[in-house]
Amino acid sequence: MSLRSTTSVAFSALLRNRLRSLLTVLGVVIGVAAVLTMESLGQGATAYIGNTISGMGSNMLMIVPGSPNQRMGGGASNAPLFTTADLEALRRGTRDVELLAAVSQRPLRIVAGGLNRNTVVNGASPEYLEIRLWGVSRGRKLTRDDERLGAQVCLIGATVTRSLFPGQDPLGQELRVHGVSCRVVGELEEKGASAFGMDMDDIVFMPFTTFTRRITGSDRLGLIVASARSPDRIDDAKEQLTNVMRARRRVLPGEDDDFAVRDPREVQAVLDQVTGVLTTFLLGVAGISLLVGGIGIMNIMLVSVTERTREIGVRLAVGARGSDILSQFLVEAVVLSAAGGVVGIGIGIAAGWGLSGVLNLPFVVPFAAIPVAFGVSVLVGVIFGVFPARKAAKLNPLAALRFE
Amino acid sequence: MDSLRSEPSLLSFRGVTRTYGEGEAEVRALDGVDLDIQQGEFVAITGASGSGKSTAVSILGCLDLPSGGEYLIEGHPVQSLPADVLAALRNAKFGFVFQAYNLLTRTSALDNVGLPLIYAGLGVAEREKRSFEALAAVGLAERADASPNQLSGGQQQRVAIARALVNQPEVILADEPTGNLDSRTSAEIMQLIARLNVERGITVVMVTHDPKSAAWARRQLVFSDGRILSDTVRA
Repeated sequence: MSLRSTTSVAFSALLRNRLRSLLTVLGVVIGVAAVLTMESLGQGATAYIGNTISGMGSNMLMIVPGSPNQRMGGGASNAPLFTTADLEALRRGTRDVELLAAVSQRPLRIVAGGLNRNTVVNGASPEYLEIRLWGVSRGRKLTRDDERLGAQVCLIGATVTRSLFPGQDPLGQELRVHGVSCRVVGELEEKGASAFGMDMDDIVFMPFTTFTRRITGSDRLGLIVASARSPDRIDDAKEQLTNVMRARRRVLPGEDDDFAVRDPREVQAVLDQVTGVLTTFLLGVAGISLLVGGIGIMNIMLVSVTERTREIGVRLAVGARGSDILSQFLVEAVVLSAAGGVVGIGIGIAAGWGLSGVLNLPFVVPFAAIPVAFGVSVLVGVIFGVFPARKAAKLNPLAALRFE
Repeated sequence: MDSLRSEPSLLSFRGVTRTYGEGEAEVRALDGVDLDIQQGEFVAITGASGSGKSTAVSILGCLDLPSGGEYLIEGHPVQSLPADVLAALRNAKFGFVFQAYNLLTRTSALDNVGLPLIYAGLGVAEREKRSFEALAAVGLAERADASPNQLSGGQQQRVAIARALVNQPEVILADEPTGNLDSRTSAEIMQLIARLNVERGITVVMVTHDPKSAAWARRQLVFSDGRILSDTVRA
């Protein structure tokens, strides 16, 4: 008996009991759908975080004061801030660093016309936006001349435009930052929310020199941003930055650094770890669902074998071998389970699409998971179909024919 | 004497016994039966309930095996054959007709008739062609798409006969083929079976309660308590 006719016999048997077939495979459907949804969302989240981190700049490294063991962004430290002299030393003392930028930031009140807003004001050298691959949507960027002259100019984010210059072109307008007047020369490209939910467009940039001379009155800086020459030089660049800073800050051999060189990829590693734990947990849940689904299939196949004992008797009487009966019932279990898998894959992808919309994540079709999920559902059918199928195949033809 | 013939009998029992259960509960359905059936015979087996006639037909059709003695098909003993060979024998050599028709429900007459051909390994096109021919031979060509519950008892039994016929078997084994039918339909079914015996030379072994049905056969066997009580051949 060919596999094709076995499969068509199995299909027609299952279609005779549509509702029962559907209820039977619900466990498999749910298990597979859970895996697919999770895969879709997980990959969406990873893609989102990946985008965000690469949006932070290419090959970017950040140097912050404080011990490297301190948590990122974790409160104030006693370590001294950096100076512009540190920046110069770094520029000279590193081979694999392409750009270096000084950044100093403070939350300040900004005023334009009759409107005002509290926002994060950054004093940054022009290289900063270059490292962060952050362009302007209109106007111009800050230049080295702005920096050299301490020009009273600024760039604003889209959120600032919307709240202080509603319905107007902000270019050329005057903005007062902490009482210091400056002219808006450009508007930054929109970045949306950061991976941590902050509005990246609620921001103002001024030349570093302008910011330190006119607003903070100190050229100390809390952040140095650097970029490596290429992705495979990031680790070298990090080492060179560390060595120069250790020398500058007189950290003795064996002593802990009082600064840290951070790599945004570290954030990704931590988030990947979290995603991994969640994935494992949900895989466990899906596994249990598949187990329950498999038991459901076994149960219904046992019922089916009993119900169809006479049919089995007739088949044996007209020349079916035990192996024909075995494969018929096994294929039926596999078709049932695989059909559940296919439905589950469809529901899982649909749920992934819906939830990614709700959670504001990019929608990813988890292509790699589809054949795996299908394979697993076939496997469930085989594992839980073997016992009922063997029971059917071992029936005595005469006893089966006489079964009431 | 049969044993002196050079050709072995088509089907033969040598002291066949069949017991069910064990110890005090043991039931002897067949108790040392000797029987030879030749190619082309039409045999009716009658006898009271529990006389062993159905058991004999089941063993003849390789649905069951003797507990003792020997069953030979064309001189070859059957007991030692593996299950798959027995299945192949049932498929190629025998056609079964049952009292309760035993058609698959919600399956068309054509597909029911084609069932043995699936296990003979034939493709769809060949199956449909031969099933249709078999249905035509029993006069039901125009009901090929009907499912059993759309057919009368007599028609269902015709479909069952077409199924028994479709693999061109040497022997048709019928267990009470008219047991569920009225006398007019019974006569039609018996006429059909007799015609297959005469026109195609198919050997027929039939178990029946009904003397009128039994009268169609040339050879009459009467079973009683697991033995053959009488074996007569009409002149």
